[in-house]
Amino acid sequence: MRYACIIYYDPSVLFGGSPEANGVLAQCETHDEVLKASGHFVAGEALTMPDEAMTVRMRDGKMSAVDGPFMETKEMLGGFIIIEARDLNEAVQVAAGIPQARIGTIEVRPIVDFSQPRPEL
Amino acid sequence: MSQAGARVSLEAVYRTEARRVLATLIRLLGGFDAAEEALHEAFAAAAEQWPREGVPTNPYAWLVSAGRFRTIDRWRRQARLAGALPQLAVLAEPAPEPAMPEAVQDDELRLIFTCCHPALAPDARIALTLREVGGLTTEEIARAYLAPAPTIAQRIVRAKAKIRDEAIPYEIPGRADLPDRIDSALRVVYLIFNEGYAATQGPSLTRGDLCAEAVRLGRLLVDLLDEPEALGLLALMLLHEARRATRVDAAGDLVLLENQDRSLWDRARIAEARALIEQSMGSRRIGPYGLQAAIAAVHAQAPSTDETDWAQITGLYDVLLRIAPSPVIGLNRAVALGMRDGPQAGLVAIEAVIGEGGLDGYHLAHAARADMQRRLGLTKAAQASYRRALDLARQPAERRFLQGRLDDLAVRGAP
Repeated sequence: MRYACIIYYDPSVLFGGSPEANGVLAQCETHDEVLKASGHFVAGEALTMPDEAMTVRMRDGKMSAVDGPFMETKEMLGGFIIIEARDLNEAVQVAAGIPQARIGTIEVRPIVDFSQPRPEL
Repeated sequence: MSQAGARVSLEAVYRTEARRVLATLIRLLGGFDAAEEALHEAFAAAAEQWPREGVPTNPYAWLVSAGRFRTIDRWRRQARLAGALPQLAVLAEPAPEPAMPEAVQDDELRLIFTCCHPALAPDARIALTLREVGGLTTEEIARAYLAPAPTIAQRIVRAKAKIRDEAIPYEIPGRADLPDRIDSALRVVYLIFNEGYAATQGPSLTRGDLCAEAVRLGRLLVDLLDEPEALGLLALMLLHEARRATRVDAAGDLVLLENQDRSLWDRARIAEARALIEQSMGSRRIGPYGLQAAIAAVHAQAPSTDETDWAQITGLYDVLLRIAPSPVIGLNRAVALGMRDGPQAGLVAIEAVIGEGGLDGYHLAHAARADMQRRLGLTKAAQASYRRALDLARQPAERRFLQGRLDDLAVRGAP
């Protein structure tokens, strides 16, 4: 199964210059290689700061585009890694090895299998 | 070998060997997480090398050593980054290859005993055993238990943390602890079977995949343990399995033992179970599982309810009640007595058991009383008892059955 590991962190901590944060940043650069070697890696990207982003909506055929997402919390969406894992527990274990997990939060979400029925709410 | 051929054999090897490789890696690497990572790496290495070099003669030994050496490599690299790690000293000493069949079996037993450790919560024992010994995925366990996958994942994560934090040893228990620990392992397997057989909730009355997995685990325990109760448990599960197909009709409704089509019972499973019961009786250490299996075997041999040897069943329940007293076994004994001596004697015995307490919230106690009252023509009392049973029953097929009995009585009782 495929899972998205969605990475959140507080930029003031990650880029705050502490030795721990600098260690995380150094490891981030090569972590894709670690996941490729173990066979878990499918895709992954880091994202720039939200002040470089736009938010887009289409309503009644009209597009609106505004500056960046408005952050309600200190933690921002900072990147994602798609992994292949046997099950949710293996995915959680892989996510725990992502360097940003040590100072931020990783959300592990199974990727939708469109052959399955839609969720009933 | 062709690439497709190697892939097919890799999948086959995964199904047969992955759990045994994991069991050994946990011992060699000292923990679940490291071992699971090593297992993954070993199969990744196999996927790369086997199509080129062919499948090794002993895939188990190849995978164990690939997983182990890749982990040691990784730990060495990490140690260079972070300063020496204490476990490196252990890993530097090459241990002999664990290719002896007895050593592999010991590793599987260690894994079962660890997953069924009494320090873990009962729910966690079940989830951990199904995943680590049974090889089910978290999502499969969640579907079988009608639980959200994160709930099951959390149980497994917590159980592993507990094993690590409390340093629960990865070992076969010593002689003093062994009986208790075997009990706990057998109980986990039986709970898995029961969850599959008599689903407490949800639309389907049997969930065959859990039953099949429990039978597989039961066979493993019979192979690994010299224990009559393991034989008894496997026999008991096989006997239930033998009549699973006749227990529910095409509409999903419950079919009582007396109405089941006995020609459809699985004779091969019944024969296998009877051989296991004989073997367990021969040990002269028969326990609750062996006795329950012996009772189920009497039913399985009988051509009909009327021709069932109820005297023998009542006698077996008497023994069972002495060695494992419980209100539910007392109730079953009372029902058997009612079949042997007639509904009046049965009703007296059932009311005596209910009077002793502990069964008031148990729907089958009220259903059993209702059944005796119905046979005696005590329509009003029977209706009250069926109603009480219906209030307590949760399983839809059981509820439909009880409602059906109430409807029949309403027709019969009408002026």
